[in-house]
Amino acid sequence: MTADLNKLTTVAKQVRRDIVRMVHQCQSGHPGGSLGCTDFLVALYFHIMNHKTDFNMDGTNEDLFFLSNGHISPVFYSVLARSGYFDVSELATFRKLDSRLQGHPTTHEGLPGIRIASGSLGQGLSVAIGAALTKKLNNDSSLVFTLHGDGELQEGQIWEAAMFAPHNKVDNLISTIDYNGQQIDGPTEKVLSLGNLKAKWEAFGWDVMEMNGNDLADVIRGLEEAKSRAFKGKPIMILMTTNMGHGVDFMMGSHKWHGVAPNDEQLQQALDQLVCDMQDY
Amino acid sequence: MKKYSFTEKKDTRSGFGAGLLEAGKKNENVVALCADLVGSLKMEAFIKEFPERFFQIGIAEANMMGIAAGMTIGGKIPFTGTFANFSTGRVYDQIRQSIAYSDKNVKICASHAGLTLGEDGATHQILEDIGLMKMLPGMTVINPCDYNQTKAATIAIADHHGPVYLRFGRPVVPIFTDPDQKFEIGKAWMVNEGKDVSIFATGHLVWEAILAGEKLAEMGIDAEIINIHTIKPLDEAAILKSVAKTRCVVTCEEHNRLGGLGDSVAQVLVKNDPLPQEYVAVDDSFGESGKPAELMTKYGLDSENIIKAVQKVIARKNK
Repeated sequence: MTADLNKLTTVAKQVRRDIVRMVHQCQSGHPGGSLGCTDFLVALYFHIMNHKTDFNMDGTNEDLFFLSNGHISPVFYSVLARSGYFDVSELATFRKLDSRLQGHPTTHEGLPGIRIASGSLGQGLSVAIGAALTKKLNNDSSLVFTLHGDGELQEGQIWEAAMFAPHNKVDNLISTIDYNGQQIDGPTEKVLSLGNLKAKWEAFGWDVMEMNGNDLADVIRGLEEAKSRAFKGKPIMILMTTNMGHGVDFMMGSHKWHGVAPNDEQLQQALDQLVCDMQDY
Repeated sequence: MKKYSFTEKKDTRSGFGAGLLEAGKKNENVVALCADLVGSLKMEAFIKEFPERFFQIGIAEANMMGIAAGMTIGGKIPFTGTFANFSTGRVYDQIRQSIAYSDKNVKICASHAGLTLGEDGATHQILEDIGLMKMLPGMTVINPCDYNQTKAATIAIADHHGPVYLRFGRPVVPIFTDPDQKFEIGKAWMVNEGKDVSIFATGHLVWEAILAGEKLAEMGIDAEIINIHTIKPLDEAAILKSVAKTRCVVTCEEHNRLGGLGDSVAQVLVKNDPLPQEYVAVDDSFGESGKPAELMTKYGLDSENIIKAVQKVIARKNK
């Protein structure tokens, strides 16, 4: 199936509107990384993954996605709602009391589409490997996708998982790193340099690819190519360069909007840059 | 005092190994993971029978907990195996977020718990694990007392949906429970009915409590001994029924006195029926190298110390 880029572009704009509105509404949350990863998640849920919105925790015979950098929950919630897991009106409850849309994703409140809690960083790759191993045991030939922050790679558990997956030929796994070069305390190069990520993952035995995370056409190309490289004995890692805050000019390219909510004026300014013909929640 | 005897001694970890094989035979969804301690955890029989259902993780316990959580998605029932220290303290946040908070059906099986690990010393002798694990919402915490009970508990937890912490040990200890017992999670086992004091014991301390009970009987003290193998959920009804009769309590565990079985029992008492209680537990310290029996004596966890605690608590009751 060829991608309807116009449609995906419109959805991505609406998801970005959802993100800034959700974060504005509760005056908390993480817009920067959410905006940067919007194109990736839209491509994944609206084109790449074979998934059922009739949610079942076991996810047998469907592709699974695990968000390891759970703080970008606004984009995850918006994409899940917009792709039919729950009603978009529920996005208005984000981070509020008695909501299923907790600050960081959780299974605890039974929100459809979420299969593991995340927020404490570095754990999602291990979980995804586990789900991929179970798929193999069940003779289920669908795929497991993950997303990680680049700052998250500073967690040691990531490298335990990085070593395990190639050794065990977990080749039904397509992982992606949001390579935006930013973290809370500043640029990753200043806080704790990640070094040559491509060489590092290749040295661990992964099939490493690159793509531009803020070019929908390139995201689709990259993910399609990754799918074609699955089941060939190696786990796949995509280094996805993104702009933190992509789509809202004053939020772009800086770590300052990692975890800060826009005020009323800034919200309007952002929404003016994200005009589309879909309906707000 | 009811008579207990034994013809054989075995380690509780071997009970786990035997139980794991049985659980694997009963349910094809049972899988096992190990962090480079296959021999210590007695997992060889399972691996031989079900090689495709065993996953060697290497020395990477955090990764093991995450993989176990992920494997439940799609219906597997993962049993993780490593020492108690590396099953809890080392990976607490992984268990908290990916297993407990995510309500994943993982069985965390922990060997070499407590002082009886022996010569390796305090780095490996965790005495805080019961407390750590019982504080996690939704976590079941089990500490069986001998080979047979550990085997039965291992089989039982495979049928229970939800995260479980199963704690067992390294040394050979008497086998005195029924080999065909049915293990009921959360149901205390009446070892001996008595009227003068309630001794609530878990793990290796149950046998010490029996030895103490025999000597107490000779001294004219009729001790009720109850095996609390499940620390969470706690059998409050059994505790309250016993103390209604005896009016004083001794708790016995191979654990820090802070946060273990004793504190769980104390909470039940203070809420329902405040009574004198004495703790037989490690007095807020780390362990050290030594032979298991030497350590149990030095840290006050043998039958002699249970007898002293009983005498003290009865004196308090009669004051």
